[in-house]
Amino acid sequence: MITRVRAMKPQELAAAAFRLREIGIVLALLVVVVFFSIRADNFLTASNWQDIAQNVSIVVVVAVGETFVILTRNIDLSVGSIVGLSGYLVAATLAHHPGVPIEVVALISIAVGVGLGLVNGLLVAVARIPAIIATLATLAIFRGIHAEITGGKNITAYQLPDRFLSLAASKPLGFPALAWIAVVVAVIGAATLRFVPWARDFYAIGSNPDAARFAGIAAARRVITAFVLSGALAGLGGFLFASRFPTLDSGAATGFELTVITAVVIGGVNVFGGSGTILGVVLGAVLVATISNGFTLLRLDEFWKIFFNGFAIVAAVAIDALVTRRLQEALRRRRVALVSSQPQAAEA
Amino acid sequence: MSLLELHGISKSYGGVRAVDDVSFGIEAGTVHALVGENGAGKSTLVKVITGVIQPDAGELHIDGEPVSIGDAQTAHRLGIVAMYQEPTVFPDLSVAENVFAGRHPRSRLHTVAWRAMEDEAMRILRELGVDFGPGTPVRGLGVADRQLLEIAKALSTNARLLIMDEPTAALSPHEVDNLFATVRKLRERGVAVVYISHRLEEVGALADTVTVLRDGRHIETRPAGELSHGEIIRLMVGRSLDALFPKEEAEIGDVVFKADGLSRRGVFADISFDLRRGEIVGLAGFVGAGRTEVARSIFGVDPLDGGRIEIEGRPFRPRSPRAALRRGLAYLPEDRLHEGLVQPMSISDNTSMAVLPAVTAAGFLRPRLERSLARRFMQQLSIKATSPAQVVRSLSGGNQQKVVLGKWLAAEPRILILDEPTHGVDVGTKADVHRTISHLAAQGLTILLISSELPEILGMSDRVLVMREGRLVAELSRADATQENVIQAAAGVQEAA
Repeated sequence: MITRVRAMKPQELAAAAFRLREIGIVLALLVVVVFFSIRADNFLTASNWQDIAQNVSIVVVVAVGETFVILTRNIDLSVGSIVGLSGYLVAATLAHHPGVPIEVVALISIAVGVGLGLVNGLLVAVARIPAIIATLATLAIFRGIHAEITGGKNITAYQLPDRFLSLAASKPLGFPALAWIAVVVAVIGAATLRFVPWARDFYAIGSNPDAARFAGIAAARRVITAFVLSGALAGLGGFLFASRFPTLDSGAATGFELTVITAVVIGGVNVFGGSGTILGVVLGAVLVATISNGFTLLRLDEFWKIFFNGFAIVAAVAIDALVTRRLQEALRRRRVALVSSQPQAAEA
Repeated sequence: MSLLELHGISKSYGGVRAVDDVSFGIEAGTVHALVGENGAGKSTLVKVITGVIQPDAGELHIDGEPVSIGDAQTAHRLGIVAMYQEPTVFPDLSVAENVFAGRHPRSRLHTVAWRAMEDEAMRILRELGVDFGPGTPVRGLGVADRQLLEIAKALSTNARLLIMDEPTAALSPHEVDNLFATVRKLRERGVAVVYISHRLEEVGALADTVTVLRDGRHIETRPAGELSHGEIIRLMVGRSLDALFPKEEAEIGDVVFKADGLSRRGVFADISFDLRRGEIVGLAGFVGAGRTEVARSIFGVDPLDGGRIEIEGRPFRPRSPRAALRRGLAYLPEDRLHEGLVQPMSISDNTSMAVLPAVTAAGFLRPRLERSLARRFMQQLSIKATSPAQVVRSLSGGNQQKVVLGKWLAAEPRILILDEPTHGVDVGTKADVHRTISHLAAQGLTILLISSELPEILGMSDRVLVMREGRLVAELSRADATQENVIQAAAGVQEAA
């Protein structure tokens, strides 16, 4: 083994900092839970927790895809529109063809997401439009297509078959179906990011795009892949959204991308790419949904939820900056210590 | 038959011939040193070999076959690997993943074989004798360790030709020994190593063959044993020092700047010196000695932890570059491309940036004033450009450097700190910049000149300060400042290295 000279090297400090975020969110979550348990009467009931779980689930599914994109130093602002459009198509399909198997409808929803994600990917990786602009445009375009399809009408719950409506409410093994799906997506997402070679490239591309090019990584293809996966998971999210909120119009899931990106950022994914874990994102989503739920129970205005989300983002990023600065100071001290213990090599 | 042969390679940048009709061969199983002054064309040649840029003329042959190296990937495939001065690492990933980025070892299920990857990385790291492990996040590594990581990366590919560009610039002697042992091991394996270094001792210790470049031209390729250091220097320089450093005699006036006990925790300590009107004071030292850091703190970019500064007899607290400029102190940063210029903006936009009030009338910017300001400096500094509206990005490196100089001169400073003002510019421009600096001093400007090029320091300075490990270790008059004296002080040794 390599011998460890000092007790705690800055490198180990850096490793520890990787875990800091998850621990921080868990602590924040504990504080939030304790607070709402005292202040809100219905907070600690099983039905309330299932409510939170169902809300979290849709966010987690979409946030896993968003994480792929943000890891590559890009962003996907169009996920809310994709959720809305694919969710509406799910409901419309079932309203007009009640006999179609639910699995087929889910696949259609995912396929729609893949198509829309591919558009994003091509705009960013091939047309080289900055992701924030490209997906801001598609956010509007997808929503426009959505409005054109609905033609101002909406679909309500009683137009939909019961077997679809009961999906969100069903509880296999005593756990909401949506939560099962979210857990499966999160586990597969985490495993992909850890074990699949092309998914490891997401980190490399986001961490240092030039170095990725030098290393011979096919960056454009990887970025397209990330956007397609984000679209696919937003499509799946649309399917889940339709089953949970079965009254859909042209405004369905408007602004949902903000909830997703909030969860991802609070979950510790660096907005400049290169670092972040699915575990963190799931915890981030749970934290955001729990706060949102608690505020509803306390009958606080919607405004306060939005305010608090913004506040949480600033806090999360500020803590990150602080930790990074501490780390760099520690590193600098180490370098100076090394320099003064050995004469510097000559350069001339 | 040579592993790699260059035939008549030429490359120009906007009229400047960076590489001019260069031909020589590199043999397998040898260390081939590439030497020459800054701007001699070494970096350009490396970029051609690694496919980063395409030559205007000439051919590359590998194993006698003509090849075209269109991009970095093609170079990789041909077994050509370059280690750059600036390590290209992934700070967010572990050491092992950095080594294997883009080509992870895979298990039977085509997943990343973490264990195999870390074991292999460990084997390479142990061979290099470094003190970090495969699981260490690279964010936690210093420059020297990142350099070693780059070598590990090259070792893990089966490189046939490894290019090392100043690999020892930030390494300690122990690390340099490790590196040399590794390079020799590579040579035994039949790898060709192209070794670029300013340190002739290293060239002598390591190289089998030496190629000398000067002003973009191939001067000589000979077995290292046939060339003495003196001869190499003569071939590299090929001209007398005075032509390059036209120092005007300036009248030295009163003390205008006084630093007393400046310190910044962990970076530098107890820095005290004076600057006089019309004086050029050289600040010498090795990379990492803390020279740039002192300059940044004086200019108010980084905070000072202690010490006092007086400018023209009145105390000065460096809170921000803005405050420093108001007191007549300007700083031309080393990294001009990032800190000194806004690349997509025009020459006139850049030169007026620090002096907007001077080109403003009734609260509005006056483009005509901006342009005439820019024209004045284009003339004074002989900036080669079509008009003040030309975008800075399209200028050559030397002309960009002059635009930065113009930008700070527009602020009419009385004290100017220049950090590596001729780093990476061609010889002609260098002489131009030197002439300008000397002329400015003769007009009464006080100049603190930071440079890693000893001849530049010795040729330009009225007085030389030497830093080592964050401390000021020597102050030498122009008469006492010889190459040996400065190097001894900078290296902290009794005998010259």
